[in-house]
Amino acid sequence: MKANDSVIKNGISLKQTKTKKAFNAKSFFGKFAVYFVLIAVAFTCLLPFYSMMITSTHTNSDIARKLLLIPGSEFMNNYNRLIDTVPVWRGFINTVFITVVSTVLNLYFSALAGYGFSKYNYKGKNILFLAVLGTMMIPGQLGIIGFFKLMDSFQMLNTYWPLILPSISNAFGIFFMKQMCDSSIPYEILESGRIDGCGELKIFHRLVLPLLMPAVATLGIFSFIGKWNDFLTPMIVLFDNELQPLPVMIAMVKSQFSTDFGAMYVGIVISVIPILIFFSLVSKKIISGITAGALKG
Amino acid sequence: MRNSSINKSRYGFYFVLPYFIVFLVFGLTPILFSLYLSFTKWDGFSDPVWVGLDNYARLFKDTYFFKSIGNTLIIWIMSIVPQLILALALAMILNEKFIKGKHFFRAVFYFPNIVTPVTLGVLFSLMFDWQTGSVNKFLMAIGLVDDPVYWFNSPWLSRIIVAGVIMWQYFGFNMLVFIAGLQSIPEELYEAAQVDGATKWDMATQITLPLLKPVLLFTFITSVIGGLQLFDAPLMLGNGPDNSTLTMVMYLFQTAFQQFDYSYGAAIAYAIFVIVLFFSLISMKFSNMKKVEE
Repeated sequence: MKANDSVIKNGISLKQTKTKKAFNAKSFFGKFAVYFVLIAVAFTCLLPFYSMMITSTHTNSDIARKLLLIPGSEFMNNYNRLIDTVPVWRGFINTVFITVVSTVLNLYFSALAGYGFSKYNYKGKNILFLAVLGTMMIPGQLGIIGFFKLMDSFQMLNTYWPLILPSISNAFGIFFMKQMCDSSIPYEILESGRIDGCGELKIFHRLVLPLLMPAVATLGIFSFIGKWNDFLTPMIVLFDNELQPLPVMIAMVKSQFSTDFGAMYVGIVISVIPILIFFSLVSKKIISGITAGALKG
Repeated sequence: MRNSSINKSRYGFYFVLPYFIVFLVFGLTPILFSLYLSFTKWDGFSDPVWVGLDNYARLFKDTYFFKSIGNTLIIWIMSIVPQLILALALAMILNEKFIKGKHFFRAVFYFPNIVTPVTLGVLFSLMFDWQTGSVNKFLMAIGLVDDPVYWFNSPWLSRIIVAGVIMWQYFGFNMLVFIAGLQSIPEELYEAAQVDGATKWDMATQITLPLLKPVLLFTFITSVIGGLQLFDAPLMLGNGPDNSTLTMVMYLFQTAFQQFDYSYGAAIAYAIFVIVLFFSLISMKFSNMKKVEE
């Protein structure tokens, strides 16, 4: 197959070089136009972030009067006014804590349940799996008011429990992990583990989980981003400003600094920079994860 | 079939059990409890009082709610149409072999998608600020307008900005989905077409678009479900003049958690659920999703 493919590709490329020579000027302008479009769109994607960083380094009066294109020297002053009122770094640490704990719980229990659906046969398995898929259709806000009232009666308001515990039940995670177990965990490995006298849970921890690591990494990135951006639930269940995660802090910045533009810009810079660093480290994995997921859908 | 797995099968049940327990407690119970609350009067302090269908009767006469449905649909359509066209065009360009720096462009186009929507809402509300926003400064600097435009004073300009932010945030994601779809189209089809003397345009309209239809429909339907639940970014951009950018979920949030009318909020949540279900079913029917999925 592969040899055949490369022959075909060589044939095509020969043909293309011929046509290229014939329409040299036309294809040059075509390429120029295509790159122009790509660069223009890329520019549009990055410009707001550039503008945000530049503006955060100027005084309020300059922000109000001028079009700012180059960095100024006022960043620290704006920053100091911001952290005097809104504990942004506290929010950052809160977000890291909530996100990491939720992601770990989500990954562990998704892998466990996905494995349970994939490699065992018990009564009602298919109905249970259909039920899991069914829960994926329910919109997120449907139960939010009952959730609030229920957390009130559990005495869980103003704690992190309502943000962390629901991560155990992630229908998409189970679906994803079941697919992975179906395709990449052979029965023979489980059999060999049983012959060696491992318990079922030990087989999962020692044999299955390491084999699932690529899937865990992919799901982990998406779970992490989703939880990092969570806004509605923390705003509803948390009352103390000190406990709030970063997105709610940013909303607080907006409501409390209605005229202090420099401080507001510094707030959003702080919320974007960690994401920018994280993304530049794992962008390849994120992009291949989306394309893999899309093909399955 | 396999003896050893049959007598271990109860472990599989134990492994899926945590999901169901947590879903029952934190997922299903709140949903049913919301349904109960929607038939009561509850302000969050005193106990809920049963009032029957009063909340739903009020909902049918609530012009704000109907307005928020209209706003959500308008903003969704204004963002989804250009979003899908742009995503498709870019996906087709980035699927061409001669393009260099594909990974860079994909990463840059996708980046806005992972920034917190709240941050984007605040950022754009600052950029489009009447007096201090950089957009007005820029438009005045290049001479397009003489006076600053008061963006958030016009219902339609406000809606365009909200739709624009959403389009800007999601086109990169859709583009990646389309690229995945394009890569699954067999190369041989294009080669055969080339032998038959087809132009690029012929290939795009006769091969690419028909074969991409399932992916296009998938994107369309997921965006119906997501688009009708717009919340974080619009909330930061405000309600707009005359509530012209108040979306359904914003109305739910403001009613329940700012005016403390929790029971009426629960009724709104159920109404939103019915609306989302209605539009998802229509779009599935319209696009014959069932056949496509098989």
